[in-house]
Amino acid sequence: MIAKRIIPCLDVKNNQVVKGTNFVGLRELGDPIEMAKGYSEQGADEIVFLDISATNEARQTITEMVKKCAVNIHVPFTVGGGVRTIDDVTRLLQAGADKVGMNSAAVVNPDLIKQSSERFGNQCIVVAIDAKKFEDGWHVMTHGGSKDTGIDAIKWAKQAETFGAGEILLTSVDADGVKTGFDLPLTQAVVDAVRIPVIASGGVGHPDHFAEVFKKTDVSAGLAASIFHENTYTVNEVKEVCKREGVFIRET
Amino acid sequence: MIAIVDYGMGNVLSVRHAFEKLGHEVSLTDDINQLKEASHIVLPGVGSFKAAMEEIESRGLKNDLIALAKTKPFLGICLGMQLLFTASEEVEQTAGLNLIPGVVRKIKTDYLLPHIGWNQLTISHEHHAFRYLDQAFVYFVHTYQADTDAKYVVAEAEYGEPITAMVRRNNIFGIQFHPEKSADVGANILKTFLEEVST
Repeated sequence: MIAKRIIPCLDVKNNQVVKGTNFVGLRELGDPIEMAKGYSEQGADEIVFLDISATNEARQTITEMVKKCAVNIHVPFTVGGGVRTIDDVTRLLQAGADKVGMNSAAVVNPDLIKQSSERFGNQCIVVAIDAKKFEDGWHVMTHGGSKDTGIDAIKWAKQAETFGAGEILLTSVDADGVKTGFDLPLTQAVVDAVRIPVIASGGVGHPDHFAEVFKKTDVSAGLAASIFHENTYTVNEVKEVCKREGVFIRET
Repeated sequence: MIAIVDYGMGNVLSVRHAFEKLGHEVSLTDDINQLKEASHIVLPGVGSFKAAMEEIESRGLKNDLIALAKTKPFLGICLGMQLLFTASEEVEQTAGLNLIPGVVRKIKTDYLLPHIGWNQLTISHEHHAFRYLDQAFVYFVHTYQADTDAKYVVAEAEYGEPITAMVRRNNIFGIQFHPEKSADVGANILKTFLEEVST
């Protein structure tokens, strides 16, 4: 059977891993390759890099980082952030990324999902969805979770699959940063709506939260950032808790 | 020197680095003279079977690869493993290199496809060199798999049906998953392949 995946996420700016994506009071945490190496040695099943630099010049730095990562990191890795065109997708895959994540650009132009998956296969196209709960259901949010598009997140997940997404990276805007666990109803609703793997994100404050999302939903993977970066818990500790709780994970 | 066949199908940087890390000189080439000089041939690949065979044929490499596989250690990885077989049913029936009898067809399962993620190997009893990998986890990304005679199957993984994970016929090896993305286990598999064919 396929093991449930534990994925650390690194926000990268100016070739440094930084804390937080809100652009306010960013703190530099370290070199992205060194940190990713450390996580893969701890048993991370995959690594996600999110490029949060704002300019095109800075994007070139990310391409260089991806090239280094491809030869130094021996687990799969995804690169997202600022992916707007098929050229961005091509550049990152050619540099050695295993998968490319797209978010706002895919909402504005779903054809980007179609073109990318037709050219490179759907296994390497990850559509990231930031969702927030409203009275009439979950809405797709853009601009770092601040702008309401009014689009139904569950319907959008289905459409993204139809356009050729190979995986959904689902972040709960409500749970993000709160550290009380993943948004279980949202996660299960999206898992039920699609036939592609879903990665749950947002809300992790404790290793138990991973075990909980795997036991209470059919999600394929869980992603977290701060609990790993702040050395609160290692990937290994998260895996030990999951294993104890009977979750099928990769043992290293 | 290990030669990785460069035929424009997928990124090979990490495969190259995986062998370099084991202390081998690696060349990435589609030049037949270089391939003939190499100690080992590695055929990587990501994408569609038909497109891959077209690339191989347009570079005039098909007959040379078949001839090389008869004289040197030859390793197909991912799509490169599927190309070792007689034919594939992906999109339309397409002939492969026919180095191992068998047909590549869609995985029959109730689980999600593609088969993506870390799955556990079961090693066949006849293949002692790889026995230490029994129950090890490796990283898969594929939708099609090879149906072949059990005598060629070195390892399987379970995904609603048995998935052919590794094959061997004499000096010809195939690995369906990605050793270069399978952490230390993947590096050990490549090492075992190199040791097996050097004896």
